Amino acid sequence: MLISNLEIVPGRHIKQHFGLVQGSSVRAKHVGRDIMASLKNIFGGELKGYTELLQESREEAMNRMVEQAEAVGANAVLNVRFSTSSIAAGAAELFAYGTAVILE
Amino acid sequence: MVDLIVFLTLLAMGYGFGRYAEKRHYQSIMKREDKWRHIPAVSTKIIPAGSKFSDSQIVMGSVVISVDYFKRFIASLRNIVGGRMISYESLIDRARREAILRMKEQASDLGANLVFNVKLETSSIYKGKRNSIGSVEVMAYGTAMIS
Repeated sequence: MLISNLEIVPGRHIKQHFGLVQGSSVRAKHVGRDIMASLKNIFGGELKGYTELLQESREEAMNRMVEQAEAVGANAVLNVRFSTSSIAAGAAELFAYGTAVILE
Repeated sequence: MVDLIVFLTLLAMGYGFGRYAEKRHYQSIMKREDKWRHIPAVSTKIIPAGSKFSDSQIVMGSVVISVDYFKRFIASLRNIVGGRMISYESLIDRARREAILRMKEQASDLGANLVFNVKLETSSIYKGKRNSIGSVEVMAYGTAMIS
Protein backbone atom coordinates (compact mmCIF):
# COMPACT_ATOMS: atom_id res chain seq x y z
CA MET A 1 0.00 0.00 0.00
CA LEU A 2 1.45 3.29 -1.11
CA ILE A 3 0.49 6.27 1.04
CA SER A 4 1.32 9.77 -0.10
CA ASN A 5 0.08 13.29 0.43
CA LEU A 6 0.74 14.29 -3.17
CA GLU A 7 -2.00 14.08 -5.77
CA ILE A 8 0.12 12.14 -8.22
CA VAL A 9 2.76 9.46 -8.06
CA PRO A 10 5.71 10.20 -10.32
CA GLY A 11 6.05 7.73 -13.17
CA ARG A 12 2.74 5.97 -12.52
CA HIS A 13 -0.77 6.47 -13.80
CA ILE A 14 -3.99 6.31 -11.85
CA LYS A 15 -6.22 3.61 -13.31
CA GLN A 16 -9.25 3.92 -11.08
CA HIS A 17 -10.58 6.21 -8.35
CA PHE A 18 -12.53 4.94 -5.37
CA GLY A 19 -13.18 8.23 -3.60
CA LEU A 20 -12.57 9.08 0.02
CA VAL A 21 -11.36 6.64 2.64
CA GLN A 22 -10.95 7.62 6.26
CA GLY A 23 -9.88 6.39 9.64
CA SER A 24 -10.09 7.90 13.07
CA SER A 25 -9.12 7.13 16.62
CA VAL A 26 -10.19 8.75 19.87
CA ARG A 27 -7.77 8.47 22.76
CA ALA A 28 -7.70 9.65 26.32
CA LYS A 29 -4.59 10.17 28.38
CA HIS A 30 -4.19 8.22 31.59
CA VAL A 31 -3.56 9.52 35.07
CA GLY A 32 0.14 8.62 35.25
CA ARG A 33 0.85 10.61 32.13
CA ASP A 34 -1.23 13.45 33.46
CA ILE A 35 0.86 13.68 36.62
CA MET A 36 4.06 13.77 34.60
CA ALA A 37 2.51 16.40 32.35
CA SER A 38 1.58 18.64 35.24
CA LEU A 39 5.17 18.42 36.49
CA LYS A 40 6.42 19.37 33.05
CA ASN A 41 4.03 22.29 33.12
CA ILE A 42 6.20 23.74 35.88
CA PHE A 43 9.62 23.00 34.38
CA GLY A 44 8.76 23.24 30.70
CA GLY A 45 9.99 20.87 28.01
CA GLU A 46 8.74 18.02 25.91
CA LEU A 47 5.86 15.86 27.13
CA LYS A 48 7.19 12.55 25.81
CA GLY A 49 4.19 10.56 27.04
CA TYR A 50 1.81 12.76 25.09
CA THR A 51 3.97 12.71 21.98
CA GLU A 52 3.95 8.91 22.00
CA LEU A 53 0.25 8.73 22.72
CA LEU A 54 -0.63 10.98 19.81
CA GLN A 55 1.77 9.19 17.51
CA GLU A 56 0.28 5.80 18.35
CA SER A 57 -3.26 6.96 17.82
CA ARG A 58 -2.33 8.65 14.55
CA GLU A 59 -0.82 5.40 13.34
CA GLU A 60 -4.01 3.61 14.32
CA ALA A 61 -6.11 6.15 12.41
CA MET A 62 -3.88 5.62 9.40
CA ASN A 63 -4.14 1.83 9.72
CA ARG A 64 -7.91 2.07 9.74
CA MET A 65 -7.81 4.22 6.64
CA VAL A 66 -5.57 1.66 4.94
CA GLU A 67 -7.92 -1.17 5.95
CA GLN A 68 -10.78 0.69 4.32
CA ALA A 69 -8.73 1.21 1.18
CA GLU A 70 -7.82 -2.47 1.06
CA ALA A 71 -11.47 -3.41 1.46
CA VAL A 72 -12.41 -1.55 -1.71
CA GLY A 73 -9.48 -3.07 -3.57
CA ALA A 74 -7.19 -0.04 -3.86
CA ASN A 75 -3.42 -0.29 -3.90
CA ALA A 76 -2.64 3.30 -2.94
CA VAL A 77 -4.03 6.19 -0.90
CA LEU A 78 -3.18 9.62 -2.27
CA ASN A 79 -3.59 13.17 -1.01
CA VAL A 80 -3.69 12.09 2.64
CA ARG A 81 -4.53 14.73 5.25
CA PHE A 82 -4.46 14.62 9.03
CA SER A 83 -6.56 16.56 11.44
CA THR A 84 -6.81 16.75 15.21
CA SER A 85 -9.74 17.85 17.30
CA SER A 86 -10.32 17.77 21.01
CA ILE A 87 -13.81 16.48 21.62
CA ALA A 88 -13.84 16.38 25.42
CA ALA A 89 -11.55 17.39 28.27
CA GLY A 90 -8.62 14.99 28.21
CA ALA A 91 -9.52 13.23 24.96
CA ALA A 92 -8.44 13.92 21.42
CA GLU A 93 -9.59 12.64 18.07
CA LEU A 94 -7.01 11.95 15.40
CA PHE A 95 -8.36 11.71 11.93
CA ALA A 96 -6.75 10.69 8.64
CA TYR A 97 -8.36 10.76 5.22
CA GLY A 98 -7.34 10.39 1.62
CA THR A 99 -8.33 9.20 -1.83
CA ALA A 100 -8.15 5.49 -2.57
CA VAL A 101 -6.92 4.68 -6.08
CA ILE A 102 -5.55 1.85 -8.18
CA LEU A 103 -2.17 2.63 -9.69
CA GLU A 104 -0.98 0.95 -12.83
CA MET B 1 2.06 33.21 53.49
CA VAL B 2 2.66 29.54 52.66
CA ASP B 3 0.85 30.06 49.37
CA LEU B 4 3.15 32.91 48.51
CA ILE B 5 6.25 30.85 49.27
CA VAL B 6 4.99 27.97 47.11
CA PHE B 7 4.17 30.39 44.31
CA LEU B 8 7.59 32.06 44.42
CA THR B 9 9.35 28.68 44.54
CA LEU B 10 7.43 27.45 41.51
CA LEU B 11 8.21 30.69 39.71
CA ALA B 12 11.93 30.42 40.47
CA MET B 13 12.03 26.74 39.49
CA GLY B 14 10.17 27.45 36.29
CA TYR B 15 12.53 30.27 35.43
CA GLY B 16 15.70 28.30 36.13
CA PHE B 17 14.80 24.93 34.63
CA GLY B 18 12.74 26.42 31.82
CA ARG B 19 15.54 28.66 30.60
CA TYR B 20 18.03 25.82 30.79
CA ALA B 21 15.72 23.44 28.91
CA GLU B 22 15.01 25.99 26.20
CA LYS B 23 18.69 26.76 25.69
CA ARG B 24 19.53 23.06 25.46
CA HIS B 25 16.69 22.46 23.05
CA TYR B 26 17.69 25.30 20.73
CA GLN B 27 21.28 24.04 20.68
CA SER B 28 20.11 20.56 19.76
CA ILE B 29 17.73 21.90 17.09
CA MET B 30 20.47 23.93 15.40
CA LYS B 31 22.86 21.01 15.46
CA ARG B 32 20.35 18.65 13.90
CA GLU B 33 19.21 21.24 11.36
CA ASP B 34 22.78 21.33 10.08
CA LYS B 35 22.89 17.56 10.03
CA TRP B 36 19.72 17.19 7.93
CA ARG B 37 20.45 20.14 5.63
CA HIS B 38 20.92 17.72 2.71
CA ILE B 39 17.25 16.62 2.87
CA PRO B 40 15.24 19.71 1.95
CA ALA B 41 11.61 19.83 3.04
CA VAL B 42 9.61 21.86 0.54
CA SER B 43 5.99 22.94 0.64
CA THR B 44 5.41 22.75 -3.10
CA LYS B 45 3.29 20.04 -4.68
CA ILE B 46 4.77 20.28 -8.14
CA ILE B 47 7.49 17.83 -8.92
CA PRO B 48 10.11 19.37 -11.23
CA ALA B 49 9.97 17.87 -14.71
CA GLY B 50 12.77 15.49 -15.50
CA SER B 51 13.38 14.39 -11.93
CA LYS B 52 13.38 10.64 -11.43
CA PHE B 53 12.01 9.12 -8.27
CA SER B 54 11.45 5.42 -7.87
CA ASP B 55 9.29 5.50 -4.78
CA SER B 56 7.35 7.82 -2.52
CA GLN B 57 6.13 7.37 1.02
CA ILE B 58 4.39 9.50 3.63
CA VAL B 59 6.57 10.61 6.56
CA MET B 60 5.61 12.48 9.69
CA GLY B 61 6.99 13.87 12.90
CA SER B 62 5.24 15.29 15.91
CA VAL B 63 6.10 16.79 19.26
CA VAL B 64 4.25 18.05 22.33
CA ILE B 65 6.01 20.85 24.22
CA SER B 66 4.97 22.61 27.36
CA VAL B 67 5.83 26.08 28.67
CA ASP B 68 7.24 26.48 32.14
CA TYR B 69 5.50 28.07 35.12
CA PHE B 70 7.42 31.34 34.90
CA LYS B 71 6.62 31.93 31.26
CA ARG B 72 2.98 31.13 31.80
CA PHE B 73 2.88 33.68 34.59
CA ILE B 74 4.51 36.33 32.39
CA ALA B 75 2.03 35.49 29.63
CA SER B 76 -0.90 35.95 31.99
CA LEU B 77 0.44 39.41 32.84
CA ARG B 78 0.78 40.10 29.13
CA ASN B 79 -2.89 39.27 28.80
CA ILE B 80 -3.70 42.38 30.82
CA VAL B 81 -1.69 44.91 28.86
CA GLY B 82 -1.65 43.22 25.46
CA GLY B 83 1.20 42.98 22.98
CA ARG B 84 3.56 40.30 21.74
CA MET B 85 3.70 37.12 23.78
CA ILE B 86 7.35 36.31 23.38
CA SER B 87 7.19 33.35 25.75
CA TYR B 88 4.68 31.53 23.55
CA GLU B 89 6.41 32.54 20.32
CA SER B 90 9.57 30.69 21.24
CA LEU B 91 7.52 27.68 22.38
CA ILE B 92 5.77 27.30 19.04
CA ASP B 93 8.93 28.01 17.08
CA ARG B 94 10.73 25.22 18.94
CA ALA B 95 7.84 22.81 18.42
CA ARG B 96 7.62 23.46 14.66
CA ARG B 97 11.33 23.08 14.07
CA GLU B 98 11.45 19.92 16.17
CA ALA B 99 8.52 18.37 14.29
CA ILE B 100 10.16 19.08 10.92
CA LEU B 101 13.42 17.56 12.16
CA ARG B 102 11.66 14.38 13.28
CA MET B 103 9.96 14.14 9.92
CA LYS B 104 13.33 14.48 8.19
CA GLU B 105 14.80 11.78 10.43
CA GLN B 106 12.07 9.41 9.28
CA ALA B 107 12.71 10.42 5.67
CA SER B 108 16.42 9.72 5.98
CA ASP B 109 15.68 6.27 7.44
CA LEU B 110 13.82 5.53 4.21
CA GLY B 111 16.79 6.76 2.17
CA ALA B 112 14.87 9.73 0.79
CA ASN B 113 16.54 12.87 -0.47
CA LEU B 114 13.59 15.24 -0.64
CA VAL B 115 10.31 15.78 1.20
CA PHE B 116 7.46 17.26 -0.83
CA ASN B 117 4.21 18.95 0.13
CA VAL B 118 5.06 19.55 3.78
CA LYS B 119 2.11 20.51 5.93
CA LEU B 120 2.23 21.69 9.52
CA GLU B 121 -0.58 21.30 11.94
CA THR B 122 -0.72 22.93 15.36
CA SER B 123 -3.14 22.18 18.13
CA SER B 124 -3.24 22.99 21.82
CA ILE B 125 -3.96 19.74 23.57
CA TYR B 126 -3.86 20.59 27.24
CA LYS B 127 -5.78 23.36 28.86
CA GLY B 128 -4.47 24.07 32.31
CA LYS B 129 -6.02 26.16 35.07
CA ARG B 130 -8.13 29.08 33.95
CA ASN B 131 -7.94 27.75 30.41
CA SER B 132 -4.42 29.01 29.86
CA ILE B 133 -2.49 27.19 27.16
CA GLY B 134 -0.33 24.56 28.79
CA SER B 135 1.21 22.87 25.81
CA VAL B 136 1.03 22.67 22.05
CA GLU B 137 1.29 19.79 19.67
CA VAL B 138 2.85 20.35 16.29
CA MET B 139 2.79 17.73 13.59
CA ALA B 140 4.65 17.92 10.30
CA TYR B 141 3.96 15.57 7.43
CA GLY B 142 4.94 15.26 3.81
CA THR B 143 5.80 12.85 1.05
CA ALA B 144 9.37 11.57 1.01
CA MET B 145 10.78 10.99 -2.45
CA ILE B 146 13.20 8.13 -2.84
CA SER B 147 15.32 8.14 -5.96
